[in-house]
Amino acid sequence: MPETNYNQEMAFFVDMQRCIGCHACEMACAECETNGQESMIHVNYVERAVSVQTTVQVCMHCENPACANVCPADAIHQDDFGVVHTANTSRCIGCSNCVLACPFGVPKKMEEAELMMKCNMCYDRTSAGKKPMCATVCPSQALYYGTKEEIERMRPNSVPVNSFVFGNQEVNTKVNIMMPKGTHQLIVD
Amino acid sequence: MAKLPIAADQIIEKYGPHKAYAPQAGFYGAHEPDKLVKTHCCYCGMQCGIQLKVKDNKVAGFEPWMEFPFNEGRLCPKGVERYLQNNHPDRLLNSLQRVEGKGFEAVSWERAMDKTINEINRIQREYGRDAFAMLSGVSLTNEKSYMIGKFARVALKTANLDYNGRLCMVSAGGGNKKAFGLDRSSNSWADLAYAEIIIVAGANISETFPTLTHYIWRARDNGAKLIVVDPRVIPLARTADLHLPIRPGGDSALFGAMLKILVDNDWLDHDFIENHTSGFQETIDAVKDYDLDWAEEHTGISKDKILEAATLWGKAKTSFLLHARGVEHHTKGVDNVLSCINLVLATGRIGKPYCGYGTITGQGNGQGGREHGHKCDQLPGNRDITNPEHRKYIAEVWGIEEKEMPGKGLTAYEQIEAIHRGEIKGMISICFNPLVSLPNNNFVRQALEKLEFYICIDSFLSETARHADIIMAGSLHEEEEGTVTTAEGRVVKINAAVSPPENARRDGEILMEIASRLGAGDKFNFANSEAIFNELRLASKGGTADYYGITYQKIVDNMGVFWPCPSLDHPGTPRLWEDRKFKTPDGKAHFNPVTYRPAAEVTDSAYPVVLTTGRVVSQYLSGTSTRRIGKLVDQYPEPLLEIHPKLAFQYGIKNRDLIKVKTRRGEAEFPAQVVETIREDTVFIPYHWGGKHAANQLTIGSLDPISKIPEFKVCACQLIPTGKMVSEDATEAAYQSQL
Repeated sequence: MPETNYNQEMAFFVDMQRCIGCHACEMACAECETNGQESMIHVNYVERAVSVQTTVQVCMHCENPACANVCPADAIHQDDFGVVHTANTSRCIGCSNCVLACPFGVPKKMEEAELMMKCNMCYDRTSAGKKPMCATVCPSQALYYGTKEEIERMRPNSVPVNSFVFGNQEVNTKVNIMMPKGTHQLIVD
Repeated sequence: MAKLPIAADQIIEKYGPHKAYAPQAGFYGAHEPDKLVKTHCCYCGMQCGIQLKVKDNKVAGFEPWMEFPFNEGRLCPKGVERYLQNNHPDRLLNSLQRVEGKGFEAVSWERAMDKTINEINRIQREYGRDAFAMLSGVSLTNEKSYMIGKFARVALKTANLDYNGRLCMVSAGGGNKKAFGLDRSSNSWADLAYAEIIIVAGANISETFPTLTHYIWRARDNGAKLIVVDPRVIPLARTADLHLPIRPGGDSALFGAMLKILVDNDWLDHDFIENHTSGFQETIDAVKDYDLDWAEEHTGISKDKILEAATLWGKAKTSFLLHARGVEHHTKGVDNVLSCINLVLATGRIGKPYCGYGTITGQGNGQGGREHGHKCDQLPGNRDITNPEHRKYIAEVWGIEEKEMPGKGLTAYEQIEAIHRGEIKGMISICFNPLVSLPNNNFVRQALEKLEFYICIDSFLSETARHADIIMAGSLHEEEEGTVTTAEGRVVKINAAVSPPENARRDGEILMEIASRLGAGDKFNFANSEAIFNELRLASKGGTADYYGITYQKIVDNMGVFWPCPSLDHPGTPRLWEDRKFKTPDGKAHFNPVTYRPAAEVTDSAYPVVLTTGRVVSQYLSGTSTRRIGKLVDQYPEPLLEIHPKLAFQYGIKNRDLIKVKTRRGEAEFPAQVVETIREDTVFIPYHWGGKHAANQLTIGSLDPISKIPEFKVCACQLIPTGKMVSEDATEAAYQSQL
C-alpha cells in the first residue's frame, strides 16, 4: 500500500431515518475512481408493500474483519486507518469465503471477474483528505463523513453506535449507525 | 403538415431515446480532465453547485463543489448522472428537416433558416401575426428567457408567447402577486433549518428536490415539528410528526379549516394583522362554517389530525410553509396557494428570522423564468403587459414604439386549443415537450398535426420535436453561459463547460439569426450572454423583480445574489418583508377570502377512482434528457400505478398486474404497484413518459381561471384489470416500447 494521508479523526456515519431511497450514493459510488464504475453501496426497500423505508448497505469496515480473517489467499488487507480493502486482484481466488463470513452480508462476488469486490471507503479520495463519494453527495446526509464531535453536535437526538452483537459474537466497526439516544450496542438476533 | 413523416418506432430507432451508461468515448478524461468548470445542475429549482470535468471539449464526469453554500457537494441521482447528457449518442449534431415518408434528414443552417423565415412570413401574411405562436421553457437561463420575450414581441411580433412554467408554479405566482405584490419565496433555505414548525404541502421534496431534505432534517435536529400534507406517504412523510393524507382536491378545505381553528383559539398575531394586512375579516368570514366535521368530509383527513395540525401551527413562534405542484396543479390552484398564505399572515410569521413561506420551483429556472417576460401576460422585471407605464418603459429599453408591442396572448394550453380551432397555424418552440407534459395528450397530438409549419429548437428529438418540419440543433445547459435564479431567489452563474458539437449551435445565436432575418437584427445585436444580462438588468430596473444591481462578477464573488437587488452597492435580499413594506398598491399584505369548491372532475359511478400524477426521483419533467441516461432509467424504468391494497382487493388486482386506466380523455395500461403508502380512494401514476406510457393521456385540460394552470393532480378514472401480469424483468421491453 502506498503512503496515505488520512485524517485519523474522520469516521463514517449512517442514519437510516434520513434515507430517502434516492440512490444518489450508488450512482456516485460508481463514479469513484476506485471501483471501475461499479457501485459498492446498495440501497434497498425494506418492504415496499407497506413502507417507503429504505436501507443503505455499505461495508462496515470491522475492526477485526471476518472477511479478511477467513480469506485463504490473504487477499483482503486492512490499512492503518481501519479501511478494509477490496480483494487484491492478483491474490483473490474467487472462493466466496469472505462473502459467507461477513456478518453484514456486504462483499459481493463479481461472477464475471471471479473476484470479490466491496467498498474501500473511497480509498483514492479519503486517503487524500477528501470525503467518500457516497457521503459527499448524499442529499439528505443519511451518510455522513466527519468527526464524532461534529455528528454529536449536529444531531443531538441520536448517537453513533459501532458495536454489534450477532449471537455470541461482538463486532466493532469503523462505520457508525446513528441510533436513538441511550443506545450503546445493536443486538442483531 | 406536422404529422409524423414515418412511423414513430422508426424515428425512435434512429434518434432514441437510447440509454447511455458512459460517455460515448468511455471514461477517458475523467481521471485527468483538462479543466473543472464550476456551474450548476441542469435540473430542478435547487440548482445545486457542481463541477464538470471536461476533456477534449466533452464533459467526462463531475466533481462535487463543496464550497457552494446551498448544497456543499450534495447531489441527487439526477445531479450525479447529469453529465451523461453531454456527448450522448442521441444528441442532435445537425439541424433536420422533415421528409415525407423518409423521416428526417440533415439540413444546412442556411436551408433551415430560409425555410423557417419563409414560412413565418407566409403564415403571418396569410393569417395575421398572432397566427404564429411561440412556446418556451424554464430550463433555459434568464438571458434566454429574456431574449425569448423580446424575440416574440419584437421579431415575431406575436402576442402568442407562453412558457412551460404554465404547467408548474404559475398558481403560486398568481397567489403571491395577489397577497404580496411580488412573486418569490420569502426566505433563503437557511431560515428553514431553524423553524419550529414546518408544513410541507403537496411537495414530494424527497424525490423532486432531494438536496432540500437536508435542511428539513437539520430543522428536526433543532427540534422542529414536521407536518406533511400528501395523498401518499412520501419518503419525507415516513418520519414526520404528522402526515395528513389529503384527498386530491381538498387543499383549500384543509387550510381554510385550520384558519378557522386559529381564529377560534386566538392563535393570531393581532398587531401584524392590524398594521400590515388587509382583508382579514372577509377572509375569516369565508371560513366561519368550516367546522371539523365539514373539514373531514372535504379533505378525507380525520378531524383529530386536522386539529393537531392547526394546534402545532398556531402555537409555534417560528414557522415555514412550503408547497409545490400538489397544491398548485388544480383548477383552484391560486385559491389553494392563497389559503396557505392566509395561514402565514394570520400568525404574522413572515419577514422575520426563521419564519418563511414559499413555493418550490420544479424546473431549473422556474423562478427566474417567470420574471423576465416569456409569459403571455408579462414583461421583464415581472411587469404587466397590459399596464401602459410598464409597456412604455420596456418599449424604450427595446427601442420600439409602445404601440408596436403586442398585448396579452394565450397561455400554453389555450394555444393548443387555438391550434385546434385553426386560429394558430404556425409555431416555434424551444425547450418544451408539450406532447408529454401537457394534459390530454391525444388532444395535443391532434393539435400538432394541424399546424401548417412547426419549428423546434432542441438538443434531442423529443416526442414533440418528432412532429416538427424543421428541428434546429440547439445547445445543452453546459454549452452556454448565463444565469439562473434558484427556488430561494438566488441568482447563480452558469458557466459554459464545452461548446456545441459539430453543427449544433447555441440557442441564443439561433434566436438572434432568426430575429435578424426577420428584420429585427439591430435589436438583437448581443456580443455575448453578459450583454443580454446587462440589458435584462436595465429592463428589470424598477420592476418588482429588480436585478439591476446584480452583475456577473458580483454573482461569482458571492456565489449568488438574491433579488431584489436594485443598485450596484445593494447586497441582495435573502429575506423579504423585514421592512413590512409589501409590494401591493396599499403596501399591505393581502388576506384573500377562499371559498372551497370541488375539482373540475369528481368521481362518480362511471369513473369511481381519483387519479393523481407526479414525479419520481430519477426522472426530470418530460424526460427528454433523463430517459436517455441508463442508470436513471434502470432505477425506475416505466410508470407504475400505485394503488392501496384495499382498493386493489376490490378489483382483484395483485402486484405487477397490468391495469388499464381509463378516463374521459383516453386510456393506457400500467403495471400495478400495490402499496399501503397511498390513500385507499386514489391511484398515482408518474408523468415523465410519452406515447402509450403517458399519464397525461388521462389527465384533464381544465384550467385555473386566474393562473390557467391545468388540473394535473385530480381527475376521475376507471380501473380495468387486463388479466395480464408484467414480470419485473419485462421492464427492458417496456423501455424499448416507447410509442
